[in-house]
Amino acid sequence: MKLTLRVWRQKNADTKGKMVKYQLDDVEEDMSFLEMLDVLNEKLVMDDEEPVSFDHDCREGICGSCAMVINGIPHGPQKNTTTCQLHMRHFSDGDTIDVEPWRARAFPVIKDLVTDRSAFDQIIQAGGYVSVNTGSAPEAHATPVDKVSADDAFDAATCIGCGACVAACPNGSSMLFTAAKVTHLGLLPQGQPERATRAITMLAKQDELDFGGCTNVGACAEVCPKGIPLASISQLNHDVLGATLSGARSD
Amino acid sequence: MTQRNIVTRTWGSSVGKKSVMAVTGVIFLLYVIAHMIGNLKIFFGLTTFDNYSVHLRTLGEDIFGYGGVLWIIRTVLTVAVLLHMWAAFSLWYKAKRARPIGYQHKSYQGSYAARTMRWGGVIIALFVIWHILDLTLGVVNPLPENAGAYQKLVASFDRPVVSIFYIVAMVALGFHIRHGLWSGIQTLGGNSALRQNSLKAFSLVVAVVVTAGFVIIPLSVMFGLVR
Repeated sequence: MKLTLRVWRQKNADTKGKMVKYQLDDVEEDMSFLEMLDVLNEKLVMDDEEPVSFDHDCREGICGSCAMVINGIPHGPQKNTTTCQLHMRHFSDGDTIDVEPWRARAFPVIKDLVTDRSAFDQIIQAGGYVSVNTGSAPEAHATPVDKVSADDAFDAATCIGCGACVAACPNGSSMLFTAAKVTHLGLLPQGQPERATRAITMLAKQDELDFGGCTNVGACAEVCPKGIPLASISQLNHDVLGATLSGARSD
Repeated sequence: MTQRNIVTRTWGSSVGKKSVMAVTGVIFLLYVIAHMIGNLKIFFGLTTFDNYSVHLRTLGEDIFGYGGVLWIIRTVLTVAVLLHMWAAFSLWYKAKRARPIGYQHKSYQGSYAARTMRWGGVIIALFVIWHILDLTLGVVNPLPENAGAYQKLVASFDRPVVSIFYIVAMVALGFHIRHGLWSGIQTLGGNSALRQNSLKAFSLVVAVVVTAGFVIIPLSVMFGLVR
């Protein structure tokens, strides 16, 4: 199939970028979106042009590296699918496809489609952990977990931290990401000691890092490649407000 | 994390601000429903409606004096609206800051109601100012101040532009409730994956009932059902 691509090209963090048009004449419908970009880059290298920079790693939908907004939708039109798992059969011959980086103050563009998403690492460092005492491994079934909590925690734990929620959010909020982590750890017995302070400190870090505030629009859950439920934000709110009322603090 | 005071801890976080919006939103919703039920007395005639308007002022007169309860309600609503708007503008500013460069290719996810909350809120605020000038203070009402509530209402809605503005504002209110009620429940931690669709449906029903309950009055005046 023949495609017209309009890709955001930006030399580095300090320069202004712009959309650049490319023609591709031999795209196979079984290619993934990233493989299609590989083809474009080979062509660019042959033509002595600078290839398009983009993040990718596992290419099997679990690492959370691939991050691009395709036709205005983070990870493109296919639901519950990362860019690397998006195949060209979801596009038609003759389509024009716009490819842009995540847009958020907290995710500055480094080059082309590559953004610095270390803000997420800072949110995790602020409270996305459980305390585990060292020593010999405890008996695996010493801490019972009920089925519902295990399932809900697992649903939240599937978050790969790609940042699509931030990219889609009209407020530029990382609420779904933070909520996934807080829900994942807060529903399990191992996560109880830090449950109240975790919610408070992770949210405080998110607010501090220039992410916007959540207004429950739900765009995040629409584009999330892992289908993290919007209700996990309610779980975060519940924990934050409970901790605020009870005066939980970490110092 | 040295914010030990509950006010600074609440106001200092985005979720705290949202919770202020949710709680004040509940106050508005209860008020709006009571106001709507009161308005519908217009269909029971001039005497019933005007008596109702007097009754609102004599309500609790023994304790709070003539019109005292009304002033308590007005004070609570004014404080609530200031807090609601303060939180809204603060989050609006934060959202603007969070995405300095927008997308070339725009695409919209999330409901129309959710995406238009801010401008919808502005429309409602402008409407409320007009509404108070028109039917509370009577400044922009065609009839003199001492005219009855029923006749002032009819005279006001006899101006098509005013009726249309009223209807537009009530539709904006409906959209605001449609997203706001659900969003408030989510903010206060009451949502779950199982409950979400029911909560959204409930919010839609409340929004439609409230909008219909208000809009029916200017329509009735415009079509001559209420004279």
